[in-house]
Amino acid sequence: MKLWKTLLAAAVLAVATATSAFAARTDLVIGIPLEPPHLDPTAGAAAAIREVTYANVFEGLTRIGPNSEVLPDLAESWTISDDGKVYTFKLHTGVKFHDGADFSADDVKFSLDRARAENSLNAQKQLFAAIDKVEVVDPATVKVTLAHPQGSFLYNMGWGDAVIVSPKSADTNKEKPVGTGPFKFDSWAKGSSITLVKAEHYWGAPVFLEKVEFRVVPDAAAAVPALLSGDIQAFPFFDPDSVAQVKDDPRFKVVVGATEGETILSINNKQPPFDKLQVRQAISYALDRKAIIDGASAGLGLPIGSHMSPANKYYVDLTGRYPHDVAKAKELLKEAGLENGFKATLKLPPTSYARLGGEIIASQLRDVGINLEIIPVEWAQWLDQVFTKKDYDLTIVSHTEPNDIDIYSRKDYYFNYDNPTFNKVIADLDVTSDEAKRKELYAQAQTILADDAVVGFLYELPKVGVWDAKLQGLWENAPIPANDLTKVKWSE
Amino acid sequence: MTAYLLKRLAISLATLLLASMVVFAVLEILPGDPARLMLGMNASADQVELLRNQMGLNAPMVWRYLHWVGGLLSLDFGRSYTYSVPVIDLVRERLAVSLPLALIALALSTIIAIPVGLFSASRRGRAGDTISMGAAQLGVAVPNFWFALMLIYVFAVWLRLVPAGGFPGWGAGAWQALKSLLLPAVALALPQAAILARVTRSALIEVLNEDYIRTARAKGLPYRTVLWRHALRNAMIPVLTILGLQFAFLLAGTIIIENVFYLPGLGRLVFQAITQRDLIVVESVVMLLVAAVIAVNLVVDLSYAVVDPRLRSRQ
Repeated sequence: MKLWKTLLAAAVLAVATATSAFAARTDLVIGIPLEPPHLDPTAGAAAAIREVTYANVFEGLTRIGPNSEVLPDLAESWTISDDGKVYTFKLHTGVKFHDGADFSADDVKFSLDRARAENSLNAQKQLFAAIDKVEVVDPATVKVTLAHPQGSFLYNMGWGDAVIVSPKSADTNKEKPVGTGPFKFDSWAKGSSITLVKAEHYWGAPVFLEKVEFRVVPDAAAAVPALLSGDIQAFPFFDPDSVAQVKDDPRFKVVVGATEGETILSINNKQPPFDKLQVRQAISYALDRKAIIDGASAGLGLPIGSHMSPANKYYVDLTGRYPHDVAKAKELLKEAGLENGFKATLKLPPTSYARLGGEIIASQLRDVGINLEIIPVEWAQWLDQVFTKKDYDLTIVSHTEPNDIDIYSRKDYYFNYDNPTFNKVIADLDVTSDEAKRKELYAQAQTILADDAVVGFLYELPKVGVWDAKLQGLWENAPIPANDLTKVKWSE
Repeated sequence: MTAYLLKRLAISLATLLLASMVVFAVLEILPGDPARLMLGMNASADQVELLRNQMGLNAPMVWRYLHWVGGLLSLDFGRSYTYSVPVIDLVRERLAVSLPLALIALALSTIIAIPVGLFSASRRGRAGDTISMGAAQLGVAVPNFWFALMLIYVFAVWLRLVPAGGFPGWGAGAWQALKSLLLPAVALALPQAAILARVTRSALIEVLNEDYIRTARAKGLPYRTVLWRHALRNAMIPVLTILGLQFAFLLAGTIIIENVFYLPGLGRLVFQAITQRDLIVVESVVMLLVAAVIAVNLVVDLSYAVVDPRLRSRQ
């Protein structure tokens, strides 16, 4: 009898150990190519800040989902007044910041007022431009009044720059971010890695992971062995050129999704001869997008015909507007009085799509008689010379902000493009909230840009993610810069 | 000797002062605005101006230079624009990786190079010499990032003996930390060892042709004793010079290896600070490195006197 009991106990023990050995993993190491300069998404433009903190550490009134949809977040619901100017947000109760402070409507007012203040250093201050006043109705209700109706207001509030912070920790979020999200900041070994751990008292759906480490791997060549050795289990933003090395390995999943990054050959519209429509159109005809995507992006990425992501709901397919046609391009140059061709410069920032794409584009434009001198520049130099001083002819860059077609209407923007008709469409868009009308206006905006051949529209930057095949829940697309870990888990 | 030391010290201080001016001036003319870089493409010109004021970038150039040098003199290296922490903290964290890495690599390189150099010199022109110098030639020629990747594939991916990269920090235990420095140290040491072996060999060959070596051999000393006691010691001066240069390089010039192994070393800090226009970090770290190089050179000069007593009496 005693022996029997001992055996049974041993069997139970064995089963228990075996089950626990098979229990799903709860830790994850994610590789990121760039280290964030700090961790406060309300005080800096670097995408890397959001790739660590968005939806994990910080939350906003609303949030953007994996397919660009607007979802409720700290606001459980909202009502919009008939004139479209007053948004009343009903907030979740029982929410706490990671330092133990209670979250309430006061924090919402504080965060929005801080972001739109005169001395605000929010990198996307324009998101808050329509807000006229923010009022606390009661601890769980906040009322935002806009100066004019704004169709994209709820979307804007879902950006990483619009997250809700606590007055107690707002000034120290750069070093020690304190939010309301399901993960809290644990440690940061500068230059090496950032660690988040599961927050104890999270108000929303519980997360599966206990500990997540973001490890900085700047060299694309180092990412492959890091995956193969199992040191790092996921690279949500992987170098397209290295995909070939892992794509046939069943241990990994390669996921190609869309971003909001329109990769374009920017043209200085005031710099002769680019001020001539025929010249810009000639460039558009001279571009062979397929060859550019193959060479600069390992064949991944969709061609675009205007400034809108094919994954966006307002997208209109204009890729047929300028098919690759060398004869047509030459003819247009002749019309512009440039049948003997001309010389220009092409300034290239350090990203690989720009450097690789630049070589290909230079050779394609040479075929129609435009000789480009390639000038490689650093990112800081690019921002200074090209973006701020507009000292350039052509350049290649990816505009990664979501829904950012309005940049073409901005005064003094580096394209030097000024079209009153286009500006009117954008101004109308800002105050229109009717979906059907918005769709139509977005279509108009895209068509005008294509007709004017403002820039050479190339392709949508792909998001190439590679991760362990047993890992589930990472985003396929990148509608905004983020590595949302709220649904990520290891399968058995 | 004291006069010599004082003279060296004065030269060192003048070098530091000159270096501070050059570093400051170069970064001053480098295009790029740290404020715009932090705020990105959507921020307005007013916001950028506001941040520039906060960072103190709008103050007159001479004032900023004096402020910076004044800070250095009181050992205040300033605060990083991007990380907004004291530069000295950043440097301390990075040195915890770079210094041990440099020392291990240097030790490895010396342990390999000196015996190989001795072996080659003593078998000059024979097969052993040809083979080892051929290997050294290869060691110099092979790009070290490629060699580093091969090491990773063999020892981290295939054999799984060490991590493929990264640094867990000394807090994770000395063995864990050392393990992650092992491959990078080997990758750094081999090309250095190849250079050092060639220098050792040629210095030794020169010494072995000297009259006193023949005399030592003629009076019946064993070849081994002549080689180690008489020849090697006299051949040490060029070897020490190269070692000094290599140490300075290993401390901050290892950016490629740091990238391949994603180690948070000093080289990457400087590189990252340059791309992000974190000027104060670049300036202060470069000055620290200049100081370190000067100090290493001083030590090398003094060590000449140790290996060669004639230099001691002459000064």
